[in-house]
Amino acid sequence: MRPFRILLAHELRMLLVTPATYIAATLFLLVMGFIFAGILETFAAAPQEGSPAVVFFQLFWLPVFFMVPLLTMKCLAEERRLGTLETLLTTPVTTPQVVLAKFFAAYALYLALWAATSGFFYILTRFAGQSAPLDLGPLLGGYLFIAVSGAFFIALGVLASSLTRNQAVAGILAFVLLLALVIGTRFASTLELLKLDSMATARSAIDYMQTFTHLEDFTRGVVDTRQVLYYLSGTTLALILAILGVEAKQLHS
Amino acid sequence: MSEPSTEPAIQVRDLVKTYAGHPAVRGVSFEVARGEIIGLLGPNGAGKSTTLRILTGYLPATSGQVTVCGVDVASRPSEVKNLLGYMPENNPLPDDLRVHEYLHLRGRLKGLRRRQMAPRLDEVVHLCDLGRVRDRIIGKLSKGYRQRVGIADAILAEPPVIIMDEPTIGLDPHQILAVRDLIAGLRGRMTVLISSHILPEIEVTCDRVVIVNQGRVVAAGTPASLRHEFFGPGHYELELSGPLDALPALLAGIHPSLTLLPAPAPDHAGFASLRLTADPAAPDLREALVNALARDPRFRLRALSRTRHSLEEVFLAATTPKAA
Repeated sequence: MRPFRILLAHELRMLLVTPATYIAATLFLLVMGFIFAGILETFAAAPQEGSPAVVFFQLFWLPVFFMVPLLTMKCLAEERRLGTLETLLTTPVTTPQVVLAKFFAAYALYLALWAATSGFFYILTRFAGQSAPLDLGPLLGGYLFIAVSGAFFIALGVLASSLTRNQAVAGILAFVLLLALVIGTRFASTLELLKLDSMATARSAIDYMQTFTHLEDFTRGVVDTRQVLYYLSGTTLALILAILGVEAKQLHS
Repeated sequence: MSEPSTEPAIQVRDLVKTYAGHPAVRGVSFEVARGEIIGLLGPNGAGKSTTLRILTGYLPATSGQVTVCGVDVASRPSEVKNLLGYMPENNPLPDDLRVHEYLHLRGRLKGLRRRQMAPRLDEVVHLCDLGRVRDRIIGKLSKGYRQRVGIADAILAEPPVIIMDEPTIGLDPHQILAVRDLIAGLRGRMTVLISSHILPEIEVTCDRVVIVNQGRVVAAGTPASLRHEFFGPGHYELELSGPLDALPALLAGIHPSLTLLPAPAPDHAGFASLRLTADPAAPDLREALVNALARDPRFRLRALSRTRHSLEEVFLAATTPKAA
């Protein structure tokens, strides 16, 4: 456990001292700010159903598709390309410790970026006051969803990074994995093939994996442990595969 | 380190490593005693780096057994990692850290306690002459300094065994000299295994040499014993003028095994460069040769020396495929 703590502290420290982190954070907040302002404008123009928070979180996939690959593509691919993975793994450090440290560092940054968007809601209540009542429920549910699903998304990014030494390939692979998980399952549920009786199991499995349904439930304040379990087990599986990916590459390097 | 110190520092037995059916190491065996400095020599692609990587536990062996200080690498890799300081080929370093930050991180990972860290860091920085670049970013260092950072990292936790893969590659002669002194400074305290194909450096620093070629050990021993093995001791070169036909009889009088190798024709001043061989068991015959030739009025001797084969020649002789 000690090497894990040292590595995680090192990774977090590197994130804090790297200018790239701040540039990425600024641009992320800029994009999210525009989206938020756009949502507010539509709400101001005409009465809408639901709260701005719900609509805001429904657009979670936009930053996820771009930020997650960018945050994670470097973590293992770069270490392997430079060869520093070899120096790292010949110290008393195990592969799981390295992968977990990379995962938690990226996850911490991901959470921090999303946490910063809560400033938007603060500004809204501060300046709009009573004229734009903000429901705390969807807000907390939405952030909880971001935190739970983010673990899985980041883990997929780490997995993609463990499979190649090329950052670009890792980034694209992470993007494709996320696309398949978020949009692909939604598309799959509309397939005619799944409407057959013999495909009932596959259909229920795909229904279970609907990220957008999970989001709806969370923002309605329904925290289903099955959904939480889905993301946590997905995270675990992706991290195990990432560890195996690093070790398999070692065997065949 | 609870193992008795009589255990060899490194023991490699019948090591085989194949990459997807392509053999890289085929049956390498050698032993390194404690405190020894060993050079692993071989042409590119001979399996040096693979052997070293297996020693560190980074790569698994296909078959064979490797132990470090009596600890089996395959079954107890985490213990072995505590016994080793390793500098890989090309010395990969993170470009975005400062020298002291990197060494601090490495020290922590290698299990140095916070209290030991500062004095040990100072010591290593002093040993490797890194004082001037302590606060510089590694990515901006010259190759020589980067190499020294790698060596500093390898010796940081004072492991009993140090493995360095081509520590002097790409350095200028001054830096090679500095690195060589640094390695020589470890003599006795640590067991050092270095791989290289830069021969003079191996010859100066190493107690013993293991030459590998095409995945096999082709020769092992001290540089002197390797010379003996490949060329024998009794080689003399002399420059002589006089009736060469009379020479064999004279030579036989000095030592019965002394024979004249076919010599080229004399140069314009009448001197011929001759090469003599004697039985490996014969004593040093230089003095006897000088005395005998000086006493004989027919011969004029201009130069006489014992042939000193460089390790390079040994290396070439050992790694050139011999006609069977």
